[in-house]
Amino acid sequence: MTTVLWLQAAGCGGCTMSLLCAENPGVFETLESAGIDLLWHPAVSQATGAEVRTLLAEIEGGARALDILCVEGSIATGPKGSGRYNMLGGTGRPMLEWVRRLAPLAGHVMAVGSCAAFGGVTSAGGNPSGAVGLQFDGALPGGALPQGFRSRMGLPVINVAGCPTHPDWVTETLMLIASGTLDAAALDDFARPRFYTDHLVHHACPKNEFYEYKASAERLSEIGCMMEHLGCVGTQAVGDCNIRPWNGQGSCTRAGYPCIACTEPEFEEPRHAFTETPKIAGIPVGLPSDMPKAWFMALASLSKAATPRRVGVNATSDRIAVPPVPRRPGD
Amino acid sequence: MPRLVVGPFNRVEGDLEVTLDVEEGRVARARVNSPLFRGFEIMLLGKDPRDALTLTPRICGICSISQSAAAARALADAQGLTPAPEGERVAQLIHGIENVCDHLTHFYLFFMADFARPAYVGRTWHAAVEDRFLATQGSGARAAVAARAQLMHILGLLAGKWPHTLALQPGGVTRAPGPRDKVRIALTLRQFRGFLERELFGAPLESFAELTDPAALMAWETGDAGLFLHAAADLDLDAVGRGPGRYLSYGAYPQAGGPAFAAGLWAEGRRGALDLSEVVEHTAHSWMQGGPRHPADGLTEPDEDMAAPGYSWCKAPRMAGQVVETGAFARQVVDGHPLAVALARAGGGVTSRVAGRLIEIARTQVLLETWCAGIDPDAPFMARGMMPSDGEGVGLVEAARGALGHWLRIEGGRIAGYQIVAPTTWNFSPRDGDGVPGALEAALEGAPVGADEDTPLSVQHIVRSFDPCMVCTVH
Repeated sequence: MTTVLWLQAAGCGGCTMSLLCAENPGVFETLESAGIDLLWHPAVSQATGAEVRTLLAEIEGGARALDILCVEGSIATGPKGSGRYNMLGGTGRPMLEWVRRLAPLAGHVMAVGSCAAFGGVTSAGGNPSGAVGLQFDGALPGGALPQGFRSRMGLPVINVAGCPTHPDWVTETLMLIASGTLDAAALDDFARPRFYTDHLVHHACPKNEFYEYKASAERLSEIGCMMEHLGCVGTQAVGDCNIRPWNGQGSCTRAGYPCIACTEPEFEEPRHAFTETPKIAGIPVGLPSDMPKAWFMALASLSKAATPRRVGVNATSDRIAVPPVPRRPGD
Repeated sequence: MPRLVVGPFNRVEGDLEVTLDVEEGRVARARVNSPLFRGFEIMLLGKDPRDALTLTPRICGICSISQSAAAARALADAQGLTPAPEGERVAQLIHGIENVCDHLTHFYLFFMADFARPAYVGRTWHAAVEDRFLATQGSGARAAVAARAQLMHILGLLAGKWPHTLALQPGGVTRAPGPRDKVRIALTLRQFRGFLERELFGAPLESFAELTDPAALMAWETGDAGLFLHAAADLDLDAVGRGPGRYLSYGAYPQAGGPAFAAGLWAEGRRGALDLSEVVEHTAHSWMQGGPRHPADGLTEPDEDMAAPGYSWCKAPRMAGQVVETGAFARQVVDGHPLAVALARAGGGVTSRVAGRLIEIARTQVLLETWCAGIDPDAPFMARGMMPSDGEGVGLVEAARGALGHWLRIEGGRIAGYQIVAPTTWNFSPRDGDGVPGALEAALEGAPVGADEDTPLSVQHIVRSFDPCMVCTVH
């Protein structure tokens, strides 16, 4: 059995709530089938109070082996570096201290969600609680744990980033660890599992045809591409959100609102309104990162000029106003 | 006098610690501590007002849509904007599904597991409860998680994902559902009704929603609801955890002719009108500075020294100087549901709060079906407004756990003030400026504590009967 201890630090608990949406099979059946023994989880476990304190003492004292430490939520370092903005109830000790004590004892350490990975939303707006990620402070290496930290099995903190995380990102990372097949090469530069960060949110976005012609929505609820005006950064943000949908058939762009790059460090401070694309001289800043800007501009102006009427009209409609012309045999 | 510190207090959303002074086998005094401070009200200052729609849902992963809805309403209020009626209908559908899912999560995962504990071995109902509700393993718990995940397919379709959507906007919703979405949503709702009638109620859900008196409630035998009521009767759970007897609801699901569940303040046997100018947040026993203030003029300044007599990051809201309780039971009492009112008149303890949630699951399912059937796919789902550079707005909603308010002030196109009073801020507040305990603190007084108990079971039942959301409490 692979033992897992799950702690919730300074976050919203939404990654756990999302995890409960796992399907085919559900989260409890998935963990059981993969030989994962959830020693304790704050939202779903039977044990509470003194029973949990006993368990924590056993792990801390080495009497009980811990294979995976999952931390959800950022680590509050305030006030004044004490970590006391987030105490683990009943223990008299800050979460900051618990994480520093338990992480070196774990075979692997998993940061669940962008808060635990990088600080995330908890570190927005001047960061009132001094929130950091486990091993990153925003995009900078080194968080609650130092840059050089390695868990017992030799890996840095595995950052399952996302706000929230897709349930499968969490269960598949756990299963990869439990099966002994997650190595350093399986992680990207921010130590995120590449099985979902080798994709962009743009991949399989249903607005791809609008993007091809830069046929843009001007206001939320219009179905065109949201890159030019509405702040969408799906062409740059990592995630398989449109390849592997959410809650059945969903994704942010499918529901008509922009990708805000919630898998990326510092997404919480885009330096502009989330749903508005910043522009210089009418040209959106932050074009696809691996394409020469001049090429992009040239292609964009060509494709805009070539936009079919159907695509142009639909882009600023709230539903398909002009359907494709049915193809007839022999055409 | 023995003092017990209970924590980590799990199967609540977020972080909680309860300190109990015990005298002669009973809780004499309780102090409730919310041990996490993040400071969302500070983060929002200076930002584009629209950013509240991205940031405030992330206060809470379980009431995310309630926070979205409150932010959208505060922004609409500031703009003087009336949402597109069909957009508002779809927003209600999205919000109602979150609320039902939260009630389901509470009953099957958070609350009922306590009755599977070894301390209850030998009770006539224990084996059945253990089979259904043992944490992570019970057949009922697993079936409920599956039903919840399937119901949330409606959120995938309409809101993209759950939690943390941007689909709810001041003018409506970002995606216009078509006829195909409508039949798909209706199908998913029928499937969920099947779960409720097969597993939770063991009967047509209307027959539970139509119960009128406590004796009939306690005689309910079928489904998981019957199992709970059997245990609740055996343990006399309505005699413990009684609240202040004053119930607050902002009114749930606005629609033509008034909210689906009425707004008001119920006290001394009758419903009165709400006067929001009477809301005051105290900080005398909080690690917060700024003194008693109305949220429109509120401050969030944490006391970095965490000085006594403060003992929680939670402020202490009061209505006209008094402690009130909010939540599903309060909402049903304020709405005048005959069973809820009868339970409130009888004292309103642990059983009443859970029964309030069960009544509301049944009634909300009917509302969801009605809203879905009423969607006009040809109508617009979004109205347009203009954000003022200066203005104020208030957004009031009923989250699963009760009354949630956002108070917004815009100056020079930026957020100049943003105060949030969440349901559990009301229910789990510390003492106020007069030293009066919060609703839970008072409800815990008198709870029995066994000589060998370090984490008293009665305290766990009482605390969890409120379904606290601690991440919303302090935010």
